[in-house]
Amino acid sequence: MSYVAVIDYGVGNLFSLASSLKFLGIESVVTSEPEVITGAGKIILPGVGAFGDAMEKLRDTGLIPVIKKEVSAGKPLMGICLGMQMLLEKSYEYGEHEGLGLIKGSVRPMAPDLKAMGLDYKVPHMGWNSLEITRGGCPILKATRDGEHMYFVHSFYGCECEDSVAAWADYGVRVPAVVYSGNVFGCQFHPEKSGRAGLSILKAFSEL
Amino acid sequence: MLTKRIIPCLDVRDGRVVKGVNFEGIRDVEDPVEMARFYNESGADELVFYDITASFEERPLFANILRRVAECIFIPLTVGGGINSLEDFDRVLKSGADKVSVNSGAIKNPELILSAAKKYGDQCVVLSMDVKRVGGAYHVFAKGGREDTGLDALKWAEFGQESGAGEIVLNSIDTDGVKNGFDIEMLSDMAEIVHIPIIASGGAGCMEDFRELFKLSGVDAGLAASIFHFREVDIHELKCYLKDCGVPMRV
Repeated sequence: MSYVAVIDYGVGNLFSLASSLKFLGIESVVTSEPEVITGAGKIILPGVGAFGDAMEKLRDTGLIPVIKKEVSAGKPLMGICLGMQMLLEKSYEYGEHEGLGLIKGSVRPMAPDLKAMGLDYKVPHMGWNSLEITRGGCPILKATRDGEHMYFVHSFYGCECEDSVAAWADYGVRVPAVVYSGNVFGCQFHPEKSGRAGLSILKAFSEL
Repeated sequence: MLTKRIIPCLDVRDGRVVKGVNFEGIRDVEDPVEMARFYNESGADELVFYDITASFEERPLFANILRRVAECIFIPLTVGGGINSLEDFDRVLKSGADKVSVNSGAIKNPELILSAAKKYGDQCVVLSMDVKRVGGAYHVFAKGGREDTGLDALKWAEFGQESGAGEIVLNSIDTDGVKNGFDIEMLSDMAEIVHIPIIASGGAGCMEDFRELFKLSGVDAGLAASIFHFREVDIHELKCYLKDCGVPMRV
């Protein structure tokens, strides 16, 4: 019996994620219960909104030690969008906030970096962008072709995490699109909103 | 590189898609769920659903349909129509919408944009406006294009952007339904003012109209209804054509 625990910590809308897992025939439970997370085969950490606020809410659930323990025991974890950013060590989104520190790196706003490069790209980075897969062998990308498009919506992005990046997206700055280190995975885009290409990533994760 | 987006729009009333649709290969062309699934499969980059239900009692029915649509499509879904309050935002977001489009509701209560952006994030708030030329200026019209509000469209867009709208849908009443091309002049004037994504609406008649549209670098997406519903333009074919013309597309 192996289900995916989708962590519910009061941030954002989990409807699409739950629907896509259901569509794929993957058993999932949206939960904030430690036992349910302990009993799961895999964990997904979703997230939208502001980093500091989301970390605080996650901290309030008391689930952080549970997640860390499960991950260090080898259980696969996938962060999506803000959930991916939360895997990193810290964020400079409106102040400085500590992240989960499961992957080396930090989170910075895109706008000043684009401006410094003299680029007038719109922020948020919103829409379909293509992946450049630079590191082979990432298990959640096993069915993903180089150049495949995914749906992104974000204004901040991962930095200093090059060693963990499996795929990038080009938006003037190089955006880490997929990161992984051991059994910890992160997608900056929304696989549940990225059509068939996105669903294949969720499927690959569920099959780990 | 970010692609340009092609967005079909479905008007739903009493649980059915309105604006006659003419599809082959679909069992029930008026079933919003069937239509959504079809567009999801045919390569649409997003879907827009407008609730044009007249009565309040029909809203729960719409929410039900929305839920069924959201369960079977895996591309972003924007919902509009009758959004006047944060409760309305809440209702459609809980039913599976990813973005919410406000139009008359924001004209009546401009603070709605800011309060919704604060609560749900900029990316969630789409400011939709129906605009028509009046005496050399662009005016915002309310009530489905029937009432001139006197608001200057460029100023309104600027206000919307500053209040936290994440995107603007610009529907030109002047070109709407004419099928002779998008309102390039209005769109390029708008693109000068705003730096959030602009979704062009009104006037698409053929594939070439989209090619002309995307020559405007400030326009991010093209929205249309009947030409897709009537199969005058096939979305997959359109996207292949645009890609061949050098427009970045997800094909």
